[in-house]
Amino acid sequence: MTPADRSRLPEPGPDPVFHFPFLVRHQLSNGLRVLTVEHDSVPIVMFAMSIDGGLSADLPGKEGLAALTADLVDEGTGDLSAIDVSDALARIGAEYDVEVGADTSTFTLMTLERYAQRGGALLSRILTAPALRESDLLRVRQLRLDRLRQLKDLAPAVAERAFLRLLYRDHPYGHMAIGTDDSLSALTLADAGAFHASTYVPSRSTLVVTGAMPHTALAALANDAFGAWQPATGASPASGGVADPSPGSIASPRVALVPREGAAQSELRIGHLAARRDTPDYFPLAVMNAVLGGQFVSRLNLKLREEKAFTYGARTGFDWRRGRGPFALQASVHTAATAEAIQDCLSEFTDIRGPRPPTEHELALAKASLTRGYPRNFETAQQLSRAVVQLSLFGLPDTYFDEFVSRVNDVTIDEVIRVAQAYLDPARTTVLVVGDRAAVEPSLRELGLGEVELLSPES
Amino acid sequence: MTTAIDLPHAKRTLANGLDVLVHEAHGVPIVAVNLWYHVGSKDESPGRTGFAHLFEHLMFEGSAHHNSGFFAPLQRAGALLNGSTNTDRTNYWEVVPTSALDLALWMESDRMGYLLPALTRERFETQRDVVLNERRQNYENRPYGLALMALTAALYPPDHPYHWVTIGAAADIQGMQFEDVQDFFRTYYHPANASLAIAGDIDAAQAFELADKYFGEIPAGQPPGRVRGAASLSREVRLVLEDRVELPRLYMAWHSPGMFAPGDAEADLVADILANGKTSRLYRRLVYEERVALDVSAYQNSRELGGFFLLVSTAAPGRSLTEIAGAIDAAIHALCAEGPAEDEMDRGVAQAEAQFVYRLQTVGGFGGKSDQLNTYNVFLGDPDYFAADLARYRDASRDSVRAAASDFLAFDRRVLLSIVPRGQIALALDRSDPVSVS
Repeated sequence: MTPADRSRLPEPGPDPVFHFPFLVRHQLSNGLRVLTVEHDSVPIVMFAMSIDGGLSADLPGKEGLAALTADLVDEGTGDLSAIDVSDALARIGAEYDVEVGADTSTFTLMTLERYAQRGGALLSRILTAPALRESDLLRVRQLRLDRLRQLKDLAPAVAERAFLRLLYRDHPYGHMAIGTDDSLSALTLADAGAFHASTYVPSRSTLVVTGAMPHTALAALANDAFGAWQPATGASPASGGVADPSPGSIASPRVALVPREGAAQSELRIGHLAARRDTPDYFPLAVMNAVLGGQFVSRLNLKLREEKAFTYGARTGFDWRRGRGPFALQASVHTAATAEAIQDCLSEFTDIRGPRPPTEHELALAKASLTRGYPRNFETAQQLSRAVVQLSLFGLPDTYFDEFVSRVNDVTIDEVIRVAQAYLDPARTTVLVVGDRAAVEPSLRELGLGEVELLSPES
Repeated sequence: MTTAIDLPHAKRTLANGLDVLVHEAHGVPIVAVNLWYHVGSKDESPGRTGFAHLFEHLMFEGSAHHNSGFFAPLQRAGALLNGSTNTDRTNYWEVVPTSALDLALWMESDRMGYLLPALTRERFETQRDVVLNERRQNYENRPYGLALMALTAALYPPDHPYHWVTIGAAADIQGMQFEDVQDFFRTYYHPANASLAIAGDIDAAQAFELADKYFGEIPAGQPPGRVRGAASLSREVRLVLEDRVELPRLYMAWHSPGMFAPGDAEADLVADILANGKTSRLYRRLVYEERVALDVSAYQNSRELGGFFLLVSTAAPGRSLTEIAGAIDAAIHALCAEGPAEDEMDRGVAQAEAQFVYRLQTVGGFGGKSDQLNTYNVFLGDPDYFAADLARYRDASRDSVRAAASDFLAFDRRVLLSIVPRGQIALALDRSDPVSVS
């Protein structure tokens, strides 16, 4: 055997061929869209139901309703109490999870293959026939209010909330899924009932079933569980979609501060509204992000973590939504480094637009980070299910995952510069700091970004 | 189409003492490399805490034949990678496309065999600052983030290897000397103190050949001595810590069976029966019925030298930790007296079985199949323990759970820590002594 040659790194061979599992689409007679994925790994079945109606479906004054309703549906069905439902889930070793996003609410249930029928039936009862009892609403609402109170202790949550509000103002995307103290306190059982009746309907829903069995068997599981689902009588489906927010008309950058006395670190959000998920520039934007802050060896992480040791990690990213979503840096930096970290970030935002375009080396690194490890995103039933939910959420073609790698590899440096100029605008960037006011405010004033707007943690 | 529920593998030990474990899984064209060093914060000493974890950071800064960052070439090849340190072990892992397995093994072996020539004082000092930032972000600046430090300090005497937490004391980190790095590396980072697992889309014979090619040339080291330490409490310790929090929270901690020791699996079941999920006794009473608490959870922290069992509950606004403590004590008393009900056992075992299946879904990363093989190999010397591990839960009985609970959940041998909003020390359990943690 030849010993290792340590004079240079081994060159990886060509990327192994990867194919996303073949998807089969079905439609039940009630209008429910079903997609099945055969996944022969371990004896598990995963159901993922995605319902059009995320936090942006909350009407003004009702912020938190989509999430409250999603939280409430597994609190009992028929004569089963919340405890009974939880017991039934535990008996089949199920993992049940709820995620309320900007555009949809997604419910997943994973169980062992031998319990697949029971798992499907249980998920169906939860979603289509929740008891929606007053006592459960009061309890769950109070727990969420208390949770909201605790979130005020968490700098990242405080930052997220304030940043979304600054970017979106009164747009339906401008609040957290959990809502506010005022809106959540005012939500009633009638609100949840009406939301459920108009939103949890087959025509607004997509079910993905993934497991180690043939498509026909997976589709049969879907039909057994949800074939009899009918919308509540008299309920009219809620209208779909939200208006696209304007990209923002702020002429100059601004800086806002949520005071947090004695904080050892400043939590930063720096960015602005940027793009919709269906932008034709998705792939160049993904590459741009990887160069700038989307991976460990990105410009911003190398600068702020490796070179200056301001932070344990800095990253940028797009928060993709059907409507226009933010592009932002997030980092928690040592208090004394706050202003300098902000300056570094804005410099990098500026430089990638032309003064210091990506090099061939950076482009290769960015593409590699997006493409070369791509197959590992599709190892588990959960990963596959969530991927297929994304297809349906954003209306992507069934070939999307198979084409991803070549689409990324087609991106050129000129395209990265073009999209950086088109989508990244240091002049209308919002800087949000959650940190120790006494320690950071003077240096924030010296940034030349105008007055420092003071926000309360609740704003 | 159904696969069996097990974790098949092959094991060889290289001439230099490195254990190599291989598991084949060909579903996705990826391979996981998972390398454990049997060293953690328990191998440090008072005044020099945090060293094992700081050292983990240094492993990412370059080695003799690749004298720059560890991440760049691997990420360029599509790897996902990370490392972690706990009290008992340090692990490093990469998940790579099959085509980059050579690269991952080259990189891992280079930093095992040839780290020191690349390690400069400047790199050391930068990473020391990064760790101090990590400490601020994950402990000092996080609500309730200092709880574990206060608990372990009270559970274990100052010279016990579990007295300090893995991140270490800030003053110790600041005072670390570059000169200590070399000793630490020579003592712990060599084949005889390591275990390599390779799992994924690879033929076992080829995997062994590659392991030997890259790691076989590294000189065998001396197996390091193993630290020991027994600890017990002889009374109930009550502490209070003020923190930037909205609501008071109660922590109760006991010494409990160590990892894979008799009673360890039972302790997991006790945690589920008492406080995990809506069906658990304490959730039902504290959160669902009486609404005294916002949350309640329990956790058996199994470790090499002995475990600790932790119960945590946050008071609902306007409710007191005293009410919560009373309800918890009643639930413990009932469980120790009567044991679990039959349906609680059924549910607990069903959940444990499902978790074992779910664990077989990923080849790499924290908790993936390669990490599990190393857990069994390093702590038990037996990578073939998956089925036996599951059997520990299947074989648990109402009696064995009751006996385990009675054994370690004693009221007069525990630590009760109240974390209260600053300036509201009266919200703590009565007779609590203020404790300071930094």
